[in-house]
Amino acid sequence: MSVVLEQIFQVGFLAAIIRIATPLAFATLGEMFSERAGVLNLGIEGIMLLSAMTGFTAASLSGSLWLGVLAAVLTGALMGAVHALFTVALGLSQHVCGIGVTLFSSGLAYFLYRLIFGQQSVPPNIKGFETLPIPILSGIPVLGPAVFNQFSLVYMAMLSIPLAAFVLYRTPWGLSVRMVGENPRAADSAGVSVIATRFQAVILGGALMGLAGAFLSMAQFNAFTFGVVSGRGWVAIALVVFGRWDPWRSAGAALLFAFVDALQLRMQASGLGHIPYEAFLMLPFIFTIVAMAVMSRNAVAPSALLKPFRREER
Amino acid sequence: MPAPLIEMRGITKSFGAVKANEAVDLSVAPGEILGLLGENGAGKTTLMNVLFGAYAPDAGEILVQDRPVAINSSADALAAGIGMVHQHFHLAPRLSVLENLLIGIPGRSGRIDRAGGLARLAEIGRQHGLALDPDLPVSALSVGEQQRLEIVKALFRGARLLILDEPTAVLAPTEVDGLFSALRSMAAQGLGIIFISHKLNEVRALTHRCVVLRHGRVAGRVDTPASTISSEMARLMCGHEIVPPARGPSTPGPAVLTLDGISTSHHSGMALRDVSLSVRGGEILGIAGVSGNGQRALAGVISGVRAPDAGRMTIAGKAVSRFSPSAVQALGLGRIPEDRMTTGLVTNLPLADSMVLPRIGTVAFSRNGLLRQDAIRTFAEAQIKAYDIRCPGPMTRAGALSGGNLQKALLARELAFDPKVLIVSQPTRGLDIGAARFIHEKFLDMRAKGCGIIVIGEDLEELLMLCDRIAVMYEGRIVGTLNSADASVARLGLMMTGAEA
Repeated sequence: MSVVLEQIFQVGFLAAIIRIATPLAFATLGEMFSERAGVLNLGIEGIMLLSAMTGFTAASLSGSLWLGVLAAVLTGALMGAVHALFTVALGLSQHVCGIGVTLFSSGLAYFLYRLIFGQQSVPPNIKGFETLPIPILSGIPVLGPAVFNQFSLVYMAMLSIPLAAFVLYRTPWGLSVRMVGENPRAADSAGVSVIATRFQAVILGGALMGLAGAFLSMAQFNAFTFGVVSGRGWVAIALVVFGRWDPWRSAGAALLFAFVDALQLRMQASGLGHIPYEAFLMLPFIFTIVAMAVMSRNAVAPSALLKPFRREER
Repeated sequence: MPAPLIEMRGITKSFGAVKANEAVDLSVAPGEILGLLGENGAGKTTLMNVLFGAYAPDAGEILVQDRPVAINSSADALAAGIGMVHQHFHLAPRLSVLENLLIGIPGRSGRIDRAGGLARLAEIGRQHGLALDPDLPVSALSVGEQQRLEIVKALFRGARLLILDEPTAVLAPTEVDGLFSALRSMAAQGLGIIFISHKLNEVRALTHRCVVLRHGRVAGRVDTPASTISSEMARLMCGHEIVPPARGPSTPGPAVLTLDGISTSHHSGMALRDVSLSVRGGEILGIAGVSGNGQRALAGVISGVRAPDAGRMTIAGKAVSRFSPSAVQALGLGRIPEDRMTTGLVTNLPLADSMVLPRIGTVAFSRNGLLRQDAIRTFAEAQIKAYDIRCPGPMTRAGALSGGNLQKALLARELAFDPKVLIVSQPTRGLDIGAARFIHEKFLDMRAKGCGIIVIGEDLEELLMLCDRIAVMYEGRIVGTLNSADASVARLGLMMTGAEA
């Protein structure tokens, strides 16, 4: 056990938590914006996968990582728009459309990847993002190398949390998002376009999910594989509930999940070899279920979540 | 005569084959309170939704200060200076008062303009006596305060014409006085107000002029509502004379329902605290009170939906040992719930199924675990005929019926089994005068036959007309019981605020 404890308080371990938390934070914030406006986006898993693929492809073809990130963000936004078209404009079931978006995006990602790269014995990879130490701050003992010697996308994730909170709570658009998620009729009678606001929130959410995908294929793995997302999208949906639809709490939930995930990785690597490694793999998900069971009792979802808005309906 | 603030000319709007509005003209001058009177389905709400941009009219035009304008959305209406307080409030309960006010208002340099909002809120509060705490969540406000917030919201957006759709339906009599004085103050400062109601006394007390709608058309205009007799306005509304049913003397028998020291937990809504009452056969007992003072819990206990924590209840002399709807029903209780659509019947099933639902397991309607479809249909057809329920047939989807016909169906399904006690909540809410009249007569028939009836309601005039005695509930207790002969709207209204009898 002391081996495990020793591992925890290492710089490398802290850095790993932050790295693991980054795509989760993007995805969770993205899902949160969408749900705050009243739209559950179960397309998240597929949107992340497709964005990871387009980002990787754009980067490997153009040689520019940032062009790859842009491609991933645009892909996410586009798929967000598709989901919004079905659920907001047409008012169809959010569950069914979300699962449809995930299946469609995943299939499309596999298909296009095969089409572009063919079947290769060694999957192609790119030279991904490199860590970018921030002067002075990275010199702080322990915290410096763990937090301030990371990929630029990690810093973006860190900044996006307060930014998301500011947008949601302090801007007129953020108030509109919260209002259309609570009582769309009230927003409508106040002259706010429910349809437009929901579209915007779902598209913004999709773009953030795209960033999550970009991080996976261009910073974490530097390659695209079919298992590159492996359930992180579904986890993000749970983390939004766990974080009670609040940017700060949601980011905290992502960090907590990342901690458990990093811990189980270390436990796999450490001297506890007589336990099958699958047992460790389960830990973060068991944690999620337990945390959900305990925490989400008091969580109250946006009142209009899952409810389509049609104006002339009485 | 100043130029009208707003003028509607020849407004026509159809929904399918139904003409909801036909060639309606209407205008409001600054400083004027216009009453818009009519029965349910007369087209009042449709007309106002046209004015507020929710529906596009099929024909006709709207003029704002003598200039024609196109109002295609609530944003257009707001821009034209029209504000509306809907019957069901358009508020987000979990957001604060200020956030509900600032929705849709452009911010300052990209941020919500909190300081500006606070200043405007305080100013409007001072002007019209409409004070509100800006940081409370809306869910913490009383219904009256929520309505105040809706009015403030309209003024906040610069409304010069305020439409109020049946604003008094949710208020206690004392709150109505407050609303009226605020509206008078607004009119005195040059705002125009359209006051929608079907309560004649309110229209007479408040408005300067009034337009009566019937079947979507203007049935009449009254220039001096205060000095016009009510029966004349009622005739305009219904198209014929309405004579209230007379409640003759009755000879009450023994008690058919007694509650003794009933208390419930605070689990959902207002709890009951030590409630005792009794109803005798051949007697109608009214339960008055502002909504949310325990009426729902009381109806729940009596109809067996909810078990009390303490106390005893008897039906027709037998103690209720198990609180379940079927157990109390077996003892002779009939129940007409408050919300026809959600707890009354199943809107997506045929009417016939809903009409037998409470007794679906009895021998009348099932045998050997199978439904007796013929018996169900015969029963439904007989009731449809007996109660003149207007529908294509027993297999019509229940949700397709109008409120009045649904209420008749619910009444029919209970009365067919000769209950010893009947409990009804809000028996005529949302019904027009004709349908309400029918329901009232049925109650009086049942009373003459020796049935004990409990009517839970908010319409005091209805209770005074119908009931032999009226008990008033406040915060889960019964604050007093009056004989109708000794009761008046004013006295009951006072008791509804918690004052002892």
